[in-house]
Amino acid sequence: MTQSHRISGGQVDRTKTVRFTFDGIPYQGHPGDTLASALLANGVRLMGRSFKYHRPRGPISSGSEEPNALVELRTGGRQEPNTRATVVELFEGLDARSQNRWPSLRFDAMGINDRFSTFFAAGFYYKTFMWPKSFWEKIYEPIIRRAAGLGSVTRQEDPDEYDKGFLHCDLLVIGAGPAGLMAALTAGRAGKRVILADEDFRLGGRLNAETHAVGQASGADWAVAAVAELAAMPNVRLMTRTTVMGAFDHGIYGAVERVSDHLPVPAKGKPRQVLWRIYAGKAILAGGATERPIAFENNDRPGVMLAGALRAYANRWGVKAGERVAVFTNNDDGLRTATDLMARGVDVVAVIDSREGGELIPGVRHLRGAEVIDSSGKLGLKTITVRQSNGKTEDIRVDALGVSGGWNPNVNVHSHHRSRPVYDAGIAAFVPGEDGPPGLSVTGAAAGVLSTHGALRTGRDAAMAALGLTGAAPDLPEAEDAPVRVSPLWFVHHGKGRAWIDQQNDVTVKDVKLAHKENFTSVEHLKRYTTLGMATDQGKTGNVLGLAVMAELTGRSIPETGTTIYRPPYTPVAMGTLAGRSRGKEFKPFRLTPSHHWAKEQGAVFVEVGNWLRTQWVPKAGETEWRQSVDREVLATRKSVGICDVTTLGKIDIQGTDAGEFLNRVYANTFSTLAVGKCRYGLMLREDGIVFDDGTTARMGENEYVMTTTTANAVTVFRHLEFCRQVLWPEMDVQLISTTEAWAQFSVAGPNARKLLEKVVDQDISDASFPYMGAANITVCGGLRARLFRISFSGELAYEIAVPTRYGDALLREMLARGAEFDPIVYGTEALGVMRIEKGHVAGGELNGQSTALNMGLGKMVSKKKDSIGMVLSQREGMVQEDGYRLVGVKPVDPKAALTAGSHFLEKGAAAVAANDGGWLTSKVYSPHLGCDIALGYLKGGDKKIGQRMRIVNLLAGLDTEVEIISPHMFDPEGERLRG
Amino acid sequence: MADALKAMTAFGLREPKQVKIGALSIKELTDVALASVAARKGRMADLSRAAAAAGLPLPGPSTHAPGDPYSSFWVAPEMWLVEAPFASHELIADMLRAALGDGASVTEQTDAWVGFDLTADDLTALMQRLCNVDFAMAPDGHATRTVMEHLGVYLIKRGKGAARVYGPRSSAESLLHAVEAAAVALA
Amino acid sequence: MIIHHPILGPRDAQEFVYLGDASLMDRPDGMTAGIEEFHEYLYQRGNPAGEHRELWYHEQGDRSWLVVTRNTVTHEITKVELARDVARAKGRSK
Repeated sequence: MTQSHRISGGQVDRTKTVRFTFDGIPYQGHPGDTLASALLANGVRLMGRSFKYHRPRGPISSGSEEPNALVELRTGGRQEPNTRATVVELFEGLDARSQNRWPSLRFDAMGINDRFSTFFAAGFYYKTFMWPKSFWEKIYEPIIRRAAGLGSVTRQEDPDEYDKGFLHCDLLVIGAGPAGLMAALTAGRAGKRVILADEDFRLGGRLNAETHAVGQASGADWAVAAVAELAAMPNVRLMTRTTVMGAFDHGIYGAVERVSDHLPVPAKGKPRQVLWRIYAGKAILAGGATERPIAFENNDRPGVMLAGALRAYANRWGVKAGERVAVFTNNDDGLRTATDLMARGVDVVAVIDSREGGELIPGVRHLRGAEVIDSSGKLGLKTITVRQSNGKTEDIRVDALGVSGGWNPNVNVHSHHRSRPVYDAGIAAFVPGEDGPPGLSVTGAAAGVLSTHGALRTGRDAAMAALGLTGAAPDLPEAEDAPVRVSPLWFVHHGKGRAWIDQQNDVTVKDVKLAHKENFTSVEHLKRYTTLGMATDQGKTGNVLGLAVMAELTGRSIPETGTTIYRPPYTPVAMGTLAGRSRGKEFKPFRLTPSHHWAKEQGAVFVEVGNWLRTQWVPKAGETEWRQSVDREVLATRKSVGICDVTTLGKIDIQGTDAGEFLNRVYANTFSTLAVGKCRYGLMLREDGIVFDDGTTARMGENEYVMTTTTANAVTVFRHLEFCRQVLWPEMDVQLISTTEAWAQFSVAGPNARKLLEKVVDQDISDASFPYMGAANITVCGGLRARLFRISFSGELAYEIAVPTRYGDALLREMLARGAEFDPIVYGTEALGVMRIEKGHVAGGELNGQSTALNMGLGKMVSKKKDSIGMVLSQREGMVQEDGYRLVGVKPVDPKAALTAGSHFLEKGAAAVAANDGGWLTSKVYSPHLGCDIALGYLKGGDKKIGQRMRIVNLLAGLDTEVEIISPHMFDPEGERLRG
Repeated sequence: MADALKAMTAFGLREPKQVKIGALSIKELTDVALASVAARKGRMADLSRAAAAAGLPLPGPSTHAPGDPYSSFWVAPEMWLVEAPFASHELIADMLRAALGDGASVTEQTDAWVGFDLTADDLTALMQRLCNVDFAMAPDGHATRTVMEHLGVYLIKRGKGAARVYGPRSSAESLLHAVEAAAVALA
Repeated sequence: MIIHHPILGPRDAQEFVYLGDASLMDRPDGMTAGIEEFHEYLYQRGNPAGEHRELWYHEQGDRSWLVVTRNTVTHEITKVELARDVARAKGRSK
């Protein structure tokens, strides 16, 4: 294919050819092209269909502000919708497709919407699809979604990786146009650490799109030299393809670096994008300005573009957007498009200048006081209708029109902390206001200084000021310093047709008028009612236009009308970029127990408990169903001995001369009386009297304790203890450190637990020398330091034994080998759960953050003889009710009946309504000893209902079963076994 | 110590993990014994005296002080993590307790952590991908707690191209994976 | 946000856990104060648009509890103190 619209010049590498396809048709471009510039070079200007009306659309801009030329890139998992063709860097084999059209871009069946545009005016959802209500979800919404929309997302997983990172600098410069380059040069030469970030793949900003000279060189060449100087400085980091997307608090900026978007696929192991968190001492916003259009009827046809974009395509990319071009402007800058294009031999047939008087451009038909009032051309611009100053209208045949309504400074990042831009009538645009992010200054066009000289000067001065540089300021190269001459014109008053403001969301002047008519006159209401500025481009070209139209309608001034709030991100950021590496199996880190490798060898099934992977059960050969494994583990433990890895419980080393008193304060029950070599169950409350956590704490020495917490609360309990130690009782002599991971800890439970342990423990652990609730530092296997605690969660004769983690695996294997005569088994969390429920011990389902000690049947543990966290408020009226919830055991009257956790208690004959609710089941298991399902639950007045029959009802599960309320201590209620 | 029980690394192996990715070398530490030392309240002067006598450095905030046999780094107000060779100091907590007396609370920490020594010509770019520490500007001997891929770790800078990282032992695989992934992305 | 830790210098707020109003350090003595007083202490807080003293915990740092004086409107942080020092200055002891 020939590049019919390629002209001379520009910054593309004509020695190389890049092949790509658009809607399956092959084209060629050059390195340095964007998808938009390459398509335009090939004479393709129809690139998409609009959101609501399916109007044919082409690019209006040459940058990230583009509302129209949205395309879908790539296929499979990498398919990416709504990509702006104007910023897609061309690469070999690029596969781009138009979107929101069927069956083809040129003939789109949904184009019918355009004929019925009156039905699709602002607010049409709210008005049209109100009735009947039931139609919304099933009928209206699916139809609307199919008809109105942009690209489609892939259903496949994104195969690429996304990284995150952290950067530090003295000065972050956002934007590498003349202002940004000069700021970076000033700071870089002073030896400061500088980051210069620009969203483009070529630094230089508008210098690349203009023909201005800077010093002795062209602007583009000056930029190349400046970049080369900066690149040679070790203290400067140049970041191309990097969008600073937001200003956050205290000098933190977010930036997205598109590392591999310009490649067919990322190199192996390389991220597609990196989300940087930049810590900047100071920052300079040099983000330039965005040209805005003038709204007139049918101003959305492919070929109608921003004047600056037409110029950029010619100057930077060597592309003419049309064969016969006209310019429609209200300011001097628009005239540059005419002169630049003529200089490149493009046929400029007319300049339509809305202003009266002034100089005329030689060599072109320059109409003063004229306006473009309409256009025609089905799939692209063919003619414009011009109304001359004398009122005469005339059709002019053109295939490209450059429109310039003036330039809007890109104040976005400066306004991310809600700073309101202020209106500068001199340039007819909003400029940065007061109260921007501290440490951020704004320069160049972003500050409303629109000349090249002004950009260079303010860039340099801002860097000097921001960094407090006192030396001689760098000399500035000579550059144009033309004044801004603009005469505001927002929309052309003519006729009844549609004049587009927000092209991406299909918002027209009519819609703004409708919003006004219906009294949605505040800009924030205007935005929500019409969806102005709510598309993926966030209204970069349309917002100011929209509010200016509203200002005119209401008779308020533009400053009075004001802007909407600017929020990050500056341009869209992919969800994958925000997620970084935290997805799939890497969503969060794993924690592995000391017995993990042994368990894996055995084919154990694991369960995620927080970040931990715990053994859930360990299937034996022939077991086909999980219950077989769990029942066997329970029975074998209660019959002989079972071992369970309990390393995951939090362990906190507490030392100091006040450690005992400290425990008295943080536990509801008394600890100061605990003897050395003993452990005790402790109940920890929150200050509001609700149970926070529980566990055993052992006194290992005069001033040394080891506290255990539940697995889930290890971190929060530690935080709470530090709060108590540092903030509540700062003079206490207490030191804390977590030792959760330092020790591999195993529960050894069952009638033969002691006999098994005697095979590995070096000391005498007979009942006499090591009674129930004993705790000691011991040695195992001939001298290895270890800890032994005689505590039981299972209700069996049980111990917990701990060795340094590196020996945990070996200790487990040694216990299994040396104790082989007792047929020891290893049990997982399921069997653990069965045994604790059989014993009525509370855990996750009962420690639910809503329950008191009294609810759990542990009310007597809360000592009132001492101050402790939660003691006072646990005595509140509502928490000590006689008929409040009490923990009970439950078993079905019919042993074959199944129970479900979460089911509710109801009296026999009571209707299943909330008013009759008696409480709920918190945990349920099958007990192989009782031969039926058993459960724990909170039942109102439950302690007085032991022995009664009630119903368990679960309407979702279709369960309605008669049960017997029993003591929660369902197995060995006298506790004879654990003292054995 | 106990011949019957063979130690296992944090990766379930007998030998320390070693990985090379481009210029980066990652070496798991299995020969370092660790203990925390905290001053009892109001006993800092006693602890300082005893530590000086025992040859135990107690550096200021954000600092690692090397020594023989004891090195240490600051982790919290009046609290340090002490390193010593594992072969000679497996019982580091007992040894420190004996040396420091009742002015200090000492807790064995050896197996609470997995340690890695990272070496390359320059680790700055790797650290930029892993944590928010300004590695380039940090002085040698800088020791700080930070976060790498959701994991709380201690990072000790030993030079432009040398650093030690201690992370939670149970997450050794996740931590190594994070370092490897960042290294591959940069290689 | 950046919190200037009195010992460690500027640290990213991501390393901290937020608790709430610094008045949470004024816990009454449970042996002398009753339910009303504890209720006031635990539940009654100001919610100022402006300067606010609040407790932050440097969980991914040195585990210090800090009292941070922050403007809730602008997020400007004007003062950071070790909570232990503040508590001692208030006469909190054992």
